[in-house]
Amino acid sequence: MSAGAARVLPGFPLALGYTLVYLSLIVLVPLSAVFLKSATQGWESFWVAISTPRVVASYQLTYGVSLLAAAINAVFGLIFAWVLVRYTFPGKRIVDALVDLPFALPTAVAGIALTAIYAGNGWLGQWLQPLGIKVAFTPLGILVALIFIGLPFVVRTVQPVLEDLSTELEEAAASLGADRWQTFHRVVLPPVLPALLTGFALAFARAVGEYGSVIFIAGNVPMVSEITPLLIITKLEQFDYPGATAIAAVMLVTSFILLFMINGLQAWANRSHGGG
Amino acid sequence: MGAAVATHWTVHSRRFEASAATREPAWVRGILIAIALAFFALFLLLPLVTVFAEALRKGWGVYFAALVDPDARSAIFLTLLVAAIAVPLNLVFGVSAAWAIAKFNFRGKQLLTTLIDLPFSVSPVVAGLIFVLLFGAQGWFGPWLIEHDVKIIFAVPGLVLATVFVTFPFVARELIPLMEAQGQEEEEAAIVLGASGWQTFWRVTLPNIKWGLLYGVILCNARAMGEFGAVSVVSGHIRGRTNTMPLYVEILYNEYNFAAAFAVASLLALLALLTLVVKSLVGMAGPAADECRSGTLKGIP
Repeated sequence: MSAGAARVLPGFPLALGYTLVYLSLIVLVPLSAVFLKSATQGWESFWVAISTPRVVASYQLTYGVSLLAAAINAVFGLIFAWVLVRYTFPGKRIVDALVDLPFALPTAVAGIALTAIYAGNGWLGQWLQPLGIKVAFTPLGILVALIFIGLPFVVRTVQPVLEDLSTELEEAAASLGADRWQTFHRVVLPPVLPALLTGFALAFARAVGEYGSVIFIAGNVPMVSEITPLLIITKLEQFDYPGATAIAAVMLVTSFILLFMINGLQAWANRSHGGG
Repeated sequence: MGAAVATHWTVHSRRFEASAATREPAWVRGILIAIALAFFALFLLLPLVTVFAEALRKGWGVYFAALVDPDARSAIFLTLLVAAIAVPLNLVFGVSAAWAIAKFNFRGKQLLTTLIDLPFSVSPVVAGLIFVLLFGAQGWFGPWLIEHDVKIIFAVPGLVLATVFVTFPFVARELIPLMEAQGQEEEEAAIVLGASGWQTFWRVTLPNIKWGLLYGVILCNARAMGEFGAVSVVSGHIRGRTNTMPLYVEILYNEYNFAAAFAVASLLALLALLTLVVKSLVGMAGPAADECRSGTLKGIP
């Protein structure tokens, strides 16, 4: 519809008006509370709240482990999506449906299940412990939980792009003498890369804010295995509202930056995907 | 539709497996499948099996006793109540937002779409915190609420607000691309033929989007019933009063009552499995069917 044309369909003012009011009441006004509350406490105390060693250690842990988990998911998620799109094997439909389990399973349930598996007396923990590998109640446990919740982001972003690839380019590459590996990283990978990066960024963004699946398995030792969202809760429980709000403001700003980057990546993915 | 759906699962793999030029050697295929399945077993299957194995470890008697406990029953009731309020609210919003964004052109449309996605990128803990800042005892409206004896934080309204926030985008983000792809010709035709706005919506738009709508609603519902971080902040963990099922699982677990914790958790896991079943059924018959009606297929702009 061109901008000047008369609108045939009714309901635009009502639909847009309701959307804007509801969006403002539920999302925008409440979120702005974090920044307004932070602004009222003064720069000095804000800076102290977000830069104590314990808080900085939690950033390093949260963002570091999230990055590692997203990277691991990018590698295995690509293999996973590749296998689902390209090969046939028994049980494929069930495997494909269960990829979404981390989206559907409540995080607290995932958290206690992973802890039960990797605790010293757990199914895997009892074998790993004698080898000197402690997973539960260490940062390694946090990594396991974040891999769990991030996996579907990569698989579900990459999968449709792999499905839409045509066979002709690969056949051309093969007939021109490329081996399978050359074809993969010169012909297949480039169009998939934007989607892969988007999936990586989505998994990372989700991991940074994750709480439920992590706190059971993390051990939550300050300076060692205490994630930033937990620190916000700890501050709230101590009635340190300015402290909790300041850390939340830092997390929100990074979320906004990530959202902005993901939007850019998606636009890039759509362009290169749509053009192919 | 059935035949087209069935082939979807094998069409891609057959296409690539057909010729040597697009196929890896058997040993490479074997290794890749083995890696994927090992990753699947370790990170997806094992946690799921563990929930049920731990829940039934002490037998069916203990399992059912944990579920009929009054605290468990009130947690189940509260979870259903919160979802029953939050999901319809976001359903109405989702349809309304999709109608405005997909059927009309206006300035700031891209920004609005991004803002609708915003709650997905906010940590659940922060989502809970913002409502404490607004309605908590020390919050903006705190003194007024205390004066008028209205409880939001550490009460059901707070749980609903936090749940509405975290499930905000589900329905809208499912409908917007679908309705954009369908265009507005069918609705315009109905209007030109004399249908009213509501008639057009009920008889033309709704039948076209019903699968996408169902898809959005079940995802929204799964998250609403399973949300933990956000409701944890606003709940106050009052047993029998403000404990939803995920919060109740946490309490039982922290009391080392593992069998009961996993018993309640197994109900949530069943809900998740049910969601996945409905999702893949709708995914096969649904968005494809919605899109075929409008003559547009995914990936074709």
